[in-house]
Amino acid sequence: MTAQQTRPGSGSVVLKQRPSTRKRLISIGMATGAWISSMILFLPIAYMVLKSFQTEQVAASATPQLIFTPTLEHYAEAFDTGIWPYAINSFLVMGISTFVVIALALPAAWALSVRAIKNPQDSLFFFISTKMMPIAAGIIPVYVIASNLDQLNTVQVLVVMHLGMNLPLGIWMLRSFMQEIPHEILEAASVDGASSLRVGWSIVLPLMRPGIASTALLCAVFSWNEYFYAANLTTTSSTLPLFMQKFLSFGELYTAQVAAVAILVSIPVVVAGWLAQKSLVRGLLFGAVK
Amino acid sequence: MSQTALTSPDDATEVVAVDPAAPPPMSRAEAWRRRGPLLPALVFTLALTQVPFLMTIFYSFQKWRLLGSGEREFNGGANYVAVVQDGMFWRAVRNTAVMTGGTTIACLVIGLGMAIFLNHAFPGRGLARTLAITPFFVMPVAVTLFWKTAMFDPSFGLFGFISRTLGLPQVSWLTEYPMVALIILLTWRFVPFALLILIAGLQSAPQDQLEAAQVDGAGVMLRFRHVMIPHLRPFLELAALLLAMNLIQTFGEIALLTAGGPAYATTNITYYIYLTAFNAFDFGMASALGVVSLVLTIALIMPMLRLLSGIFQTEGRR
Repeated sequence: MTAQQTRPGSGSVVLKQRPSTRKRLISIGMATGAWISSMILFLPIAYMVLKSFQTEQVAASATPQLIFTPTLEHYAEAFDTGIWPYAINSFLVMGISTFVVIALALPAAWALSVRAIKNPQDSLFFFISTKMMPIAAGIIPVYVIASNLDQLNTVQVLVVMHLGMNLPLGIWMLRSFMQEIPHEILEAASVDGASSLRVGWSIVLPLMRPGIASTALLCAVFSWNEYFYAANLTTTSSTLPLFMQKFLSFGELYTAQVAAVAILVSIPVVVAGWLAQKSLVRGLLFGAVK
Repeated sequence: MSQTALTSPDDATEVVAVDPAAPPPMSRAEAWRRRGPLLPALVFTLALTQVPFLMTIFYSFQKWRLLGSGEREFNGGANYVAVVQDGMFWRAVRNTAVMTGGTTIACLVIGLGMAIFLNHAFPGRGLARTLAITPFFVMPVAVTLFWKTAMFDPSFGLFGFISRTLGLPQVSWLTEYPMVALIILLTWRFVPFALLILIAGLQSAPQDQLEAAQVDGAGVMLRFRHVMIPHLRPFLELAALLLAMNLIQTFGEIALLTAGGPAYATTNITYYIYLTAFNAFDFGMASALGVVSLVLTIALIMPMLRLLSGIFQTEGRR
């Protein structure tokens, strides 16, 4: 870009101006394309927010209404529909499973990067390969075992399954963060006679804080939105996705109510996603790309 | 070297082992000491993934219908014969392929286009990007319900309104084109995923090569084809693999948008196993379906996994 402007001009005004006008047009076109495509992707969510503030009569009209008197009644009603037990369960499952994922994944990442075992690649591939198995292929034994242990329809069974779901991701992600810690720092600590535990606790852990935060955020998002295990292993004592499912039978006449609840249950993870944007790619790619 | 050796006089190998370029022979005790921190995670993952699969294989050779006698008995390979002869199962396989393939391609094409747009600096780029990735985070079950009534419904939905305004025929998406509707919804949800990966790819583009090509007089198209596409290839492959991995498991969107219908038109393998296990309560058959789908997935994923291993190797060595 700058190469064109700083090129020693021969004085030809025409040559100088033509590319710059063209370039400006291209960049305006690019910006327009970016805005239009982003708006199209966001449109259903914007429409959902709009509907959530309408009365059901306004929301059910065949022509979308842009001008109306906003109402908060659906948000107020949302809290009277028995959302709280599900919300509490969602927070419990998300919080506990994410905490344990980090607690198990940190030492594992250590053993795969800092003080590496022989052939760490093999273990890494074992972990990622478990993510490629069809979840439905293992659901019956899980159901049978949970049933025999009297754990169906409990928070515990969801915690355990979410742990299994997120642990490979946690290990991959934390390892990729851990590998970026400069070797000199770790070596210097060893020289000073610090034990492995000491190095891990007082040097690696503080350096890993941003990495742990974004790994935890991503695991939390996946746990919060998880539906397959919730639908198959629980019924009444479950998480928010199963609470949402109840609205399936409500139909068109309750679109505004559905919209309000959908927004409420999505707020925590949407905010988390926005905050974690920068390090998101690393997690989504299992840490393969910086 | 001599300095570090002082810190661990009992075990000189550890010092050299810090250098990953030359892994030295480890003593047995040291090897186990290093394995230690990995074991909890490894044992847990083994227990949670391998044990159920072994049990699934065991169940798949049993007659086990909860609605019948509920008794379990060995029935040889009868379940497998039934699976292979089950027209519904092969239809579910076809549906899975169409759903996964169609959505993956749509996501890559749209994602690449948007990534190119969003890679240019312009006012409000951060905001545009934030808005664009939001569909990936909203709760899938919640937005699926909203799409069902507020978007796809022919009389109340936004799509119906748009086609009325444009004077196009009214389409009942969920009954006439259920698969297209599902692919639209899934594409909307997963474009942000492809977009994020491909933006990362574009941002790590080799600037020196691009400039060199420009100095040599290569136009935009030429530079894109011969410099950008080779650079983006691993990113496109990785995005395709991860999208396919996620989409092959689609369950919630099907359960809530179409319930696999109408007439099994949108039933994929995951949903078919769910129907067999928890609607027909035929656990033996469902287990056999699970094993066959696992074999099919492995056959499909293995070549991709090899590809992935190449990508991780080159990306991992920094």
